[in-house]
Amino acid sequence: MRRTLTAILAGLAASVLGAGPALACGGLIGRNGSVNLVRTTTLAAWHDGVEHYVTSFKFAGAGGEFGSIIPLPDVPTEVVRGGDWTLQRLVKEITPPAPGALFARSANTEAGVAADVLLETRIDALDITVLRGGGQAVGEWATKNGFLLSPDTPEVLDFYARRSPIFLAARFDADAARQRGVALGDGTPVHITIPTPNPWVPLRILGVGRQANERIDADVFLLTDRRPTLLPGGAQGLRLDRSEPAGTRLMQDLRSDKGMGWMPESMWLTYLKVDALPGQLTYDLAVDATGAGNPSPEAAGLDVAGPTVAPAGGSGGGGGVPVLPVVVAGAVALAAVGGGVLVAARRR
Amino acid sequence: MKPAAAALAVAMLALAACSGGGGGGERTVTIDVRHSRFSAAELRVRPGETVRFVLRNTDPIPHELIIGDQAVQDLHEDGTEAHHGDRPGEVSVAPGATAVTTYTFGRAGGTLLFGCHLPGHWAYGMRGEIRVG
Repeated sequence: MRRTLTAILAGLAASVLGAGPALACGGLIGRNGSVNLVRTTTLAAWHDGVEHYVTSFKFAGAGGEFGSIIPLPDVPTEVVRGGDWTLQRLVKEITPPAPGALFARSANTEAGVAADVLLETRIDALDITVLRGGGQAVGEWATKNGFLLSPDTPEVLDFYARRSPIFLAARFDADAARQRGVALGDGTPVHITIPTPNPWVPLRILGVGRQANERIDADVFLLTDRRPTLLPGGAQGLRLDRSEPAGTRLMQDLRSDKGMGWMPESMWLTYLKVDALPGQLTYDLAVDATGAGNPSPEAAGLDVAGPTVAPAGGSGGGGGVPVLPVVVAGAVALAAVGGGVLVAARRR
Repeated sequence: MKPAAAALAVAMLALAACSGGGGGGERTVTIDVRHSRFSAAELRVRPGETVRFVLRNTDPIPHELIIGDQAVQDLHEDGTEAHHGDRPGEVSVAPGATAVTTYTFGRAGGTLLFGCHLPGHWAYGMRGEIRVG
């Protein structure tokens, strides 16, 4: 295995707690207006030019349909059911009793062009659709398919579509889940395989549908072949909690889970904690896993306002910062990435 | 320029550009919606004037325009009507579509409000003032 190859495992667990008013909690709403999502967990893993993105949806509450939209860096080659304990094992690890062009470009990003459906599959009670299109097209597809998008969603979809036109929409059918015997709080892990030159963790999307004073609590795990370089390195609301070689026991546990056999013998573990208000979480997490130490400002959402954004993978300009927290000057301009746009399948 | 100031500038520009040219005729005011924000935060009309409002929605989600006093806005904020269009000054607009509503303002001066009451939209900032006088 080439030393230059790196792998990143990013796990993100976003807590959406409480049963607030419609659109108040992650924007995920059942047909009766109640908030059904109690927790969303996402894992993005990258090794040998392939990102493995695993996310788990946990729901509670009444029936109906609701779902989530997640921006992706490129077209996935496979969407399957994820492993059974990978995310839980990573969470356990950090709560121990003991110690190129990054984004796909092309296709229907202009206004008035419908989104292309690239892939459709069903995983347990989740209907998964991978879309290619601009923010407008993807938003219209979601609206036509019964998703109730919160008012901040159009801007956020455009924020992501300027960099990658690939989105994954997941619709959860709670009634079907109940018929399948899924208990409240059970999760459905989804493993998305995405060839991409560097991994990426969307964060800004975690704030979609949140009230201004509603805190976003999420865990981000990275596993790489070497110590990675991240951007932003120390933005408001993002804190580095761990940066160390992954333990042998952790690696063994993860590798033994379903679909995780791709993992190499050793990796570097990074754990970041997101604790932010929506107004603070204006950035995504860019990762340079190649050892070049140059994560893309564009991938971090720091330079997405204009149409002529330099492609990632080299002369990004701003360079990267070490994985250690660093206060980023001009934080007001930060734009963040991550998570999933949580939307509802409910009509007014 | 702050967003509110920019929106006001746009609104005043729109009014200037779309005025019917006097004579008491109906004039048209176009309001764009993008990223769940109206292009105008404040409008000015004359007492007794009839205005044709054109609402252009460039978002992928539906919106609406409701004109009225605070009581009207409160009613719609708590209401359950799925679609508007029958009453003057109330119109729904589909994603990417344009809708029109006409409203005749009273002879008395004062301030009315306009906004969108789809879930969360008013709180997100989809509202503004209409100064009559």
